Amino acid sequence: MREQLQVDRIRCDGHGLCAELLPEVIALDDWGYPIVKAGTIAPALLEHARQAVAACPVLALTLAQRLEG
Amino acid sequence: MDRLLSGPPLTAGAESYGAHQQRFGLLPAAAARSLIGRLEASNLAGRGGAGFPVGRKWRAVAERANRKGVVLANGAEGEPLSLKDRTIMAARPHLVIDGAVLAADAVGADDIIFYVGAEHQAAEAAMRYALTERSADLRGRARLIQAPRGYVAGEESAAVHFVNAGDARPTITPPRPFERGVGGRPTLVQNVESLAAAALVARGDDAGTSLATLSGAVRRTGVMEIGLDATLAEVAASGGGLVRPVQAVLLGGYFGGWVDIKDVWALPLAPGSLRARGHAFGCGVLYFLAEETCGVEATARIIGYLASQSARQCGPCLFGLGAIDAACRRLAARSAQPDDLKRIARWSGQLAGRGACKHPDGATGLLRSALGVFADDYAAHQRGFCVHRAPAVGRPVAMAQAVA
Amino acid sequence: MSDTILWYATRGAGVVTLILLSGVVVLGIVSSMRWQTPAWPRFLTTGFHRNLALTTLAFLALHIVTAVVDPFTALGWNAALIPFSSSYRRFWLGLGVVAVYLLLAIAITSLLRPLFGYQAWRAVHWLAYAMWPVAVIHGIGTGTDTRFLWMWAIEAVCIGGVVAAAAWRWGRASPTAWREVRVNG
Repeated sequence: MREQLQVDRIRCDGHGLCAELLPEVIALDDWGYPIVKAGTIAPALLEHARQAVAACPVLALTLAQRLEG
Repeated sequence: MDRLLSGPPLTAGAESYGAHQQRFGLLPAAAARSLIGRLEASNLAGRGGAGFPVGRKWRAVAERANRKGVVLANGAEGEPLSLKDRTIMAARPHLVIDGAVLAADAVGADDIIFYVGAEHQAAEAAMRYALTERSADLRGRARLIQAPRGYVAGEESAAVHFVNAGDARPTITPPRPFERGVGGRPTLVQNVESLAAAALVARGDDAGTSLATLSGAVRRTGVMEIGLDATLAEVAASGGGLVRPVQAVLLGGYFGGWVDIKDVWALPLAPGSLRARGHAFGCGVLYFLAEETCGVEATARIIGYLASQSARQCGPCLFGLGAIDAACRRLAARSAQPDDLKRIARWSGQLAGRGACKHPDGATGLLRSALGVFADDYAAHQRGFCVHRAPAVGRPVAMAQAVA
Repeated sequence: MSDTILWYATRGAGVVTLILLSGVVVLGIVSSMRWQTPAWPRFLTTGFHRNLALTTLAFLALHIVTAVVDPFTALGWNAALIPFSSSYRRFWLGLGVVAVYLLLAIAITSLLRPLFGYQAWRAVHWLAYAMWPVAVIHGIGTGTDTRFLWMWAIEAVCIGGVVAAAAWRWGRASPTAWREVRVNG
């Protein structure tokens, strides 16, 4: 299971709930927009990642299988 | 060996179909089948700025097109310092059309779109007329669409978005145009110079030249065809030489970066040698910054332009570039806030990869190069003074048109 | 004896539904205002909004079922499912049925949001501003406890809370206006 978080940058409106629920991976910049750490999600954090995806008010966050290239 | 701009002088206007056929002969339609392989073997790099291998792009579209693909010849040329695309369209429209037709046959496309910047009037007129000259063999497969003004209108997903929905703003990728583009079909978005170069490759040429646009402190500004391993010194010499001492070169346009003149003067401008030093030819813009001109001010003007050209869809680009712009202006005016230099250094590392397109990446890449090349000047400006005599004259955009 | 229990259950569940629903609407407004403090992150607001909404549905179900099966009210299932079809307080009761359908649309699109997509979800969610007043008016019109002071107090708190939250939302500048300021340092 190698899953990666992806942000739809156009839809994202900087609500920031994702950073509240997954601070290990997501931080906010000076304007409240997410900075996502590169790499796959550690297995221990996967459930939190799913909650972060569900919590996004605009459905901008998705969890996808790691893409090649 | 034919080159992109060989033939009648550029000032003579568009080369007619008759003259084009006299020089090149008929379009080698059969060459389309083997063309992808030859492009891959030749390692021809795209000329739109990203330098993506042309053969690989055509291969990706061909694998998906199923004879329902689309070719979008990208002549938007939103980069203000670049004149080469409008020049080649205005002077050699048939070479561009050859490339587009070969591409359509090679990848399996039944629709060819020429996406020409609305402000490039000579280019648009030449392309329109050339398309009528060839209406017989184009058989209604080709159309010309005016690209709206604006820096991002030429970005590949923006071009596709405009054709699909009249909105020239980039979209989220994936899917990229080669997977789903115009009308949902696999689309080859290719720069017009790249298509012209491919047309030369189809005729057995090695396409060993590239178009550059010279501007700034060089005697002859405008478009020049250069050999791929020419050095900057040789290119400047072909341009009549430098008119005053130069401190740095803007390599590749607003999307490229500043390079100290000493680091690049004797360097071949071939993609490989540039990449080894962390530079890129981009869309071939070579702007020579005189020693007496302030690099901080020149950069502030460029950043101001890029910030204004944000599609304003993504927060990091809209707010990040906006803040960087404000701080760069203050620095240029020597009235910076105490943390401005530190802040732009921090912000310029934070924006890359966080927009839907590469616009923030390009802008921050340019800024980082400026912070490196003009480090002493930035330090001086932060403390409130400037060692250069002359402010940057106008935007680094004022140049003579190469083709009327 | 059991009739009385059902009758009290209907009324009680109705009042609880009103209180919870008003709380849900207030939390929804607070959520859209992006309000937070260091001690109260936003996922708490959205989390409560969701959980309270589901609890509301439970009490609403209790309110409807006890009302229908209660032999004293003589309401059949038709009255609960078809708006304005009851003989008892036809108009006021009918409003309740309308409110239920609106609430169900909101709840289902929210629970299955990835399926419906953001645009559709958001469009339906706006119906909340129609659904809540309709539910409140249903309560005042059909309610048999409106002669009691405590009922008026509850109504006042619920209506006052939602009106205050709405005034706060539409009185304030956009919750994201601070970004423009931050641009200029």
